[in-house]
Amino acid sequence: MWIAYKTIVVKEILRFTRIWVQTIFPPVITTSLYLLIFGGLMGERIGDMQGVDYLHFIIPGIILMTVIQNSYANTVSSFFLAKFNNSIEELLISPVSYWVILLGYISGGIVRGFVVGLGVFIAVSFFVELQIYNIWIVLMTFLLTAILFSLAGFINAVFAKSFDDISIVPTFILMPMTYLGGIFYSVEILPEFWQTLSKFNPIYYMVDSFRMGFLGSSTTDLLVSMLVLTTMIMVLAIVAFYLLKKGVNIKT
Amino acid sequence: MLQALSISNLTKTYANNMKALSSVNLSVEQGDFFALLGSNGAGKTTMIGIICSLLNKTSGEVLVLGKDQSKHLNEVKRMIGLMPQEFNFNPFEPVEEILVNQAGYYGIDRSSAKAQAKILLKRMELWDKRLDMAKSLSGGMKRRLMLARALIHQPKILILDEPSAGVDVEIRRSMWKFLRELNDQGMTIILTTHYLEEAESLCRNIAILDKGKIVEQTSMKKLLARVSQQVLILESIEQLPNILPTLDFKIERLDAYSIQVSLNDVNISQALIALSENKIEIEHVRSAQNRLETLFLRLTSKAG
Repeated sequence: MWIAYKTIVVKEILRFTRIWVQTIFPPVITTSLYLLIFGGLMGERIGDMQGVDYLHFIIPGIILMTVIQNSYANTVSSFFLAKFNNSIEELLISPVSYWVILLGYISGGIVRGFVVGLGVFIAVSFFVELQIYNIWIVLMTFLLTAILFSLAGFINAVFAKSFDDISIVPTFILMPMTYLGGIFYSVEILPEFWQTLSKFNPIYYMVDSFRMGFLGSSTTDLLVSMLVLTTMIMVLAIVAFYLLKKGVNIKT
Repeated sequence: MLQALSISNLTKTYANNMKALSSVNLSVEQGDFFALLGSNGAGKTTMIGIICSLLNKTSGEVLVLGKDQSKHLNEVKRMIGLMPQEFNFNPFEPVEEILVNQAGYYGIDRSSAKAQAKILLKRMELWDKRLDMAKSLSGGMKRRLMLARALIHQPKILILDEPSAGVDVEIRRSMWKFLRELNDQGMTIILTTHYLEEAESLCRNIAILDKGKIVEQTSMKKLLARVSQQVLILESIEQLPNILPTLDFKIERLDAYSIQVSLNDVNISQALIALSENKIEIEHVRSAQNRLETLFLRLTSKAG
């Protein structure tokens, strides 16, 4: 069981590191530029938010955004390609339990999210003095976020039947949710209706907790955020396991 | 004797109501080299897919070395190695990595897997290509890679779905030699092929699948004996009578001047005398096609 799990994880890591020019380098560069231009140049005109300057305010959210995008992208593309070129059959004919397959793919997504997130963090550190209020909150939020979006990417890959299907969700659902999750603004500045609506967006809780880890201030109770994320992970994990076990779009 | 594979009442109906297998019963002895023949769409790949857990069966039972697939799925999976018809590896992975990963899925640690991969890649003449991406291999090399992958966990039963499709004659012969060696070492091999010559040359037992049903299961020897059973084409000097006589052997009219006779208990001389007594004078005698193909076409109703 352990060897099979390790094999899937190593295979996943080798897969995205083999094509690092596509998977690691671009998000690190573009996100860093994004941060420096929007946060650094335009942020000076915006002023403080939640008690800190705008650049420091958006850094946690932007790092988390790359984690979300890359964890999701890793599982959705890897599992969909395995279906597309039928190499998923290598796993289906072997005695690997469905939980191990799922965990392996999710772990691959977590590692890619971590590598890219860390890359952005390091790149930004060259230009901005970063402070971390509580590393454990940062790590815990990162982990829950990466798990959640790796699972979401996996489910997307199960249902996807074409390459269009793996880009529709990130473009039309994930991206708006990310931008409306409080990465670029504090939810407190929104009208009450939009504040309430934001609380239905899981990304809001992730960004808020992550920001808490970096800056020491948040708009929601940390425990509530963790509970929301854990519950969502459990629901998505059960759905993903069920789909895999049933062989939806994998076995006929 | 424990059967390597025992299938009872296996039925598969796809979601579009297409019945691919209809109450199929099949058994393969341990150590056998078994051919599963059938034309395109006969249900061979569906049957293999079910045996290898790639497809869900609608009903029926599959026992592998006495183990019920439904109850001991992982044990059953460990006993089977599959070389599928279509390429099903990641083309962007290096050759050696494909084998090592597959071994890992079976719980074989990386160093043992690498050692086993080395043996197999050398045997398949792919060792020099071990670091190349699989996509860069030729069609024949890709087939050999899939054969090596099927053997990486040292299965007891090897299932080959059209193993030599697209493989040149030289490589095909060398693959046959290797498969015979594996079979001699005790591995049960189940083969589907379109090359009837391949089945005839390699397999001891055979089943013919047609429209989702087994229409024949016997030994290759018996089957070939049946085909070669004095099936002769006799050509007459004169036009044959409208009604052919009833004799001790089977006569079929081919055209106005020729008949096909299937001789069982009589020899050709006796047959010619019997025909002569019925005013049918034969000028020329020749063998009907004496190949497995004849019977295959007959059993699958494709004979012209």
